Amino acid sequence: MNPRILAATTGRILRQLRHDRRTVALLVVVPAALLTVVYYMYVDQPTPPGQPAPFDRIALVLLGFFPFIIMFLVTSIAMLRERTSGTLERLLTTPLGKLDLLFGYGIAFGLAAVVQAAVAAAVAYWLFDLDTAGSSGLVILIAAVNAVLAVALGLLCSAFARTEFQAVQFMPVVVAPQLLLCGLFVPRTEMAGWLQAVSDVLPLSYSVEALQEVGSHAEPTATMWRDLAIVGGAAVLALVLAAATLRRRSG
Amino acid sequence: MRDAIALRDLVVDRGGRRVLSGINATVPCGTVTGLLGPSGSGKTTLLRALVGVQVITAGAVTVLGHPAGAAQLRRRVGYLTQTPSVYADLTVRENARYFAALQGRGAAQADQAVADVGLRAAAGQLVATLSGGQRSRAALACTLVGDPELLVLDEPTVGQDPVLRAELWARFHALAAAGTTLLISSHVMDEAARCDRLLLIREGRLIANDTPAAVRAATGVHDLEEAFLRMIQAGEAGTAGQEAS
Repeated sequence: MNPRILAATTGRILRQLRHDRRTVALLVVVPAALLTVVYYMYVDQPTPPGQPAPFDRIALVLLGFFPFIIMFLVTSIAMLRERTSGTLERLLTTPLGKLDLLFGYGIAFGLAAVVQAAVAAAVAYWLFDLDTAGSSGLVILIAAVNAVLAVALGLLCSAFARTEFQAVQFMPVVVAPQLLLCGLFVPRTEMAGWLQAVSDVLPLSYSVEALQEVGSHAEPTATMWRDLAIVGGAAVLALVLAAATLRRRSG
Repeated sequence: MRDAIALRDLVVDRGGRRVLSGINATVPCGTVTGLLGPSGSGKTTLLRALVGVQVITAGAVTVLGHPAGAAQLRRRVGYLTQTPSVYADLTVRENARYFAALQGRGAAQADQAVADVGLRAAAGQLVATLSGGQRSRAALACTLVGDPELLVLDEPTVGQDPVLRAELWARFHALAAAGTTLLISSHVMDEAARCDRLLLIREGRLIANDTPAAVRAATGVHDLEEAFLRMIQAGEAGTAGQEAS
């Protein structure tokens, strides 16, 4: 990796995003709008004794989930566009390293996700009185790391897609199992053993646990930091695998 | 004169089909060499092999003394793809500055490259809003910006108006005079006369590798399109004769 080329690539991706105002608007508005829906869905639901209010429990997880699903989609399509437009092939004939490109995407979309998560968190905390024991900054940090993981997975999956049709099919494959098994619908400890085992190897499970730790503890816990490290490690692993599947030469 | 490019028995198969079957050729430094042939003859595959993005089946490709695709060549070789590989959602200037940064060049050099291809007035425009010819010139600016020693240009003058085409060819010759080697593909035979040397390929085989004057002398006709036609016919008659005997 070359810091100058990495910075230029990150800047280029952010500039492309800046020219696409509609995408920027959708990135910022959609999570906040969906949180509004969730708020009114649960506003009259009773709070089970000894548990957080249903909106607090669900909104906290969604703050981490929205950047995950959106950045996965955005990255898959962005990388596929690099392939089909020929810019990827052109880039690979320049001094740009494969990791410069992949980390460039990770950083650029990670930054976009910080903005997205900050707006969504602001709506959740100020408009809908989201109540967490820990700080909102940690929620945004976890959401951002989640987004970087999604970018890394999107980059990896785009290597296996030849068309946009195929690329969007990877979204249910990668995202849906992680959402179902992350502990939002059924606590992970109450799942069948084999489902728990699957859940244990899915990185989103750890970001949900980290968010729940922030929800129930005033100070960041060791479990939260460990979970965050696991999610970050999974992101780096996916980026390295994406670099390994990116070939300078093709047939 | 040193050779910028040396191809030895280059064979490339794509999708189960033989696209290049045993190409042997050299391109001397500081020349403008035309790679001519009809659509589908293997021109783009040959250029991709030179810049190291094509998987080759057999043979050796040497570029500026190194195997094609070697890391140290990425600063020294500029590649223009046939469909303009620039970001449609960036302006011409932003594209040029990005590709300049990849080559370690600054904004001033990027802006100069944009001006050199006649796009100064359109520098702030999004590439998506440009005409096909302008878009291809934007891509050319991104290729020229690093002052590469070898320029591999896939049909750079398609869709350009005659005045611009003449300007671009004048620029190519000026670059060659300053020591740059240029390999330029085209399927338009009237561009052949503008080259110092010609490589003619057809159906993945090299039919001619000579100067335009030598091609004319060998066939006895002035028009290069006619000359190539005669070479192809002579080649086919030769093959048919061998098969008959």
